[in-house]
Amino acid sequence: MIQVKNLIKVFGTKVAVDDISFSVEKGEVLGFLGPNGAGKSTTMRMVTGYFRPSSGSISLCGIDMLENPEDAKQRLGYLPENAPLYSDMTVASFLGFCAEMRGLHGADRTKAIDRVLDMCFLDNVRNQSVDTLSKGYRHRTCFAQSIIHDPDVLILDEPTDGLDPNQKHEVRGMIKRMGQNKAIIFSTHILEEVEAACSRAIIIDRGKVVADGTPDKLKKLVPGANSLDEVFRSITKSETALKKAA
Amino acid sequence: MRKRDLQNTVAVFKREFLAYFNSPVLYVIVVIFLLAAMGFPFFFSRILDSEDVALTERFFVWHPWIYTVLAPAVGMRLWSEEHRLGTIELLLTMPVSPWQAILGKFFAAACVWLIGLTLTFPIVWTVCYLGNPDMGPIISGYIASYLYALACLSVTCAVSAITRSQVVCFIVSVAFCIVIALIGDPGVTHTIVSTVPSWAEGVVRFVSYFSFMDHFYELTKGIFVFRDVLYFLSVIVVTLFITNQALRSKRA
Repeated sequence: MIQVKNLIKVFGTKVAVDDISFSVEKGEVLGFLGPNGAGKSTTMRMVTGYFRPSSGSISLCGIDMLENPEDAKQRLGYLPENAPLYSDMTVASFLGFCAEMRGLHGADRTKAIDRVLDMCFLDNVRNQSVDTLSKGYRHRTCFAQSIIHDPDVLILDEPTDGLDPNQKHEVRGMIKRMGQNKAIIFSTHILEEVEAACSRAIIIDRGKVVADGTPDKLKKLVPGANSLDEVFRSITKSETALKKAA
Repeated sequence: MRKRDLQNTVAVFKREFLAYFNSPVLYVIVVIFLLAAMGFPFFFSRILDSEDVALTERFFVWHPWIYTVLAPAVGMRLWSEEHRLGTIELLLTMPVSPWQAILGKFFAAACVWLIGLTLTFPIVWTVCYLGNPDMGPIISGYIASYLYALACLSVTCAVSAITRSQVVCFIVSVAFCIVIALIGDPGVTHTIVSTVPSWAEGVVRFVSYFSFMDHFYELTKGIFVFRDVLYFLSVIVVTLFITNQALRSKRA
C-alpha cells in the first residue's frame, strides 16, 4: 500500500535522505529506527507529501503522491513529531475541523469525533481547550486526528514520545490492533517497542537504509548480539565513534 | 470548482475566523480601529465645524494610515502562527491544496475588516442627520477603504508565510505598507526626482504609479473607476500568489 522508490532529499549541500526504497503492505506495521538526524522525519515528511522529494517516487494505495497529492493525502493519517495542535481550539472543535478537512460533514462528522474520542480515551477532556492539556492528552488528541477518517495508511512520527509507561503501552496496543487492516509506519527510539508492535523494521543511518527485516531477523544480523539494542548500536555508529575512528 | 474544494476553503475559513473570536486580537483591533476611525474626523479634521457633510476629506482620508498599522496586526498570525506551532505540517498533509488554505485564511482576516468597517456606520448616520450628503462618494469611499485594507492584509499574508515570528512579520509588513503608500506621494516623488539623474526620472514616475494612494483617492472621490478597483484586486492576487510560492519554498 505504501510504495517508496529511490527517494532522495537534498537540503542545500547536505544529503538528508540518500536513495531510500521500501514498501509496506496492508496488515504490516513497519518500525522506523535510526539515530537522531538519520533522516527518519525527513523521509516521513516526504511520504506524507509535506516535503517535495529531490527525486524518487511515492505512492499510497496506488496513487502517486507527487502527481495527485490531494487524493493520496485523503488515504493518509499523519501524526507529526511533537504532536502540533491549534492551541486556540477545544479538543472536540479541533477534531471537528480535521474531520471537515477530510470531507466528513454532518452526522458522519459527529460520529467520527465520538469514535476517536472514545478510542483515544479523550471523552473527559472533549470540551477542554487544547493549550490546557497535559502532554499525554495533547499527544492522544493529535493521534485521534490522524485516525479520524479511518485511513488505509497511517504514518506516526514518534507516537510514544513523552508519554508515561501506561500510555505507551496503550498506544502500542492501539498501533498493533490497527495494524491488522492498515499499513502503518512509525518511528521510534525505543527498541522494545519495535519488538512489541512491529511486524518489520528498517534501520536508517545517515540517510541510507542499513537494515530491513523482521525484528527476529535483525537480531541475527550481528553475530553474538542478544538484543535489538546491541544490533542497533553496532550498525549505526555514533558520531563520536566515527570521530574516534578518524 | 468542485464542491469539495469549496468545503475545504470554508472549513479553513471557519477555523480561522473562530480563532479571531477566541483570542483578544479581534476585539482589541476593532476597538482601536473604531477609536481612530471615528475619533480622527472629530478631533483632527473637525468634521462638525465644516460647512459641507462630505466624508471624503475628513473620514476616509485617515483610513490608509490606520490600515498601515492595524491590517498587519490582523494578518500577522495567519501563517506565522502555523509555522511556530508546527500545525502547518498538519494542515498541508491534509487533502487540501495550498490555495484553498490561503484563500480560507485570507477571507477570514478580510471578514474581520468587514466587521470593523461596518461598525463605523454611526458616522454615516451622523452626516445624514446633520445634512444631506451625496451617497455616491460615501459608498465608493467605503469600497475604496475596504480594498485598501485587503491590499495591506494580503501583503501581510505574504510576509507571514516567510517568517515564524509574528513580531518580525508585523514590523516588516508595516514597513512595506508605509513604503507602498508613500511612493505615490507628490512630495516624496518630487524629492526623489530632484536627487536622481534625469534618465531615472521616468523610472521613479513609473514606480510611483504602483502606490496604493493615488488609486485610493481616485475611488474616494466618488467616481467608481473600474481601473482602480482592478488595481487593488490585482495587488491582492499577486501577493497571494507570492504567499503560495513562499509556502512552497519553505517546505522545498
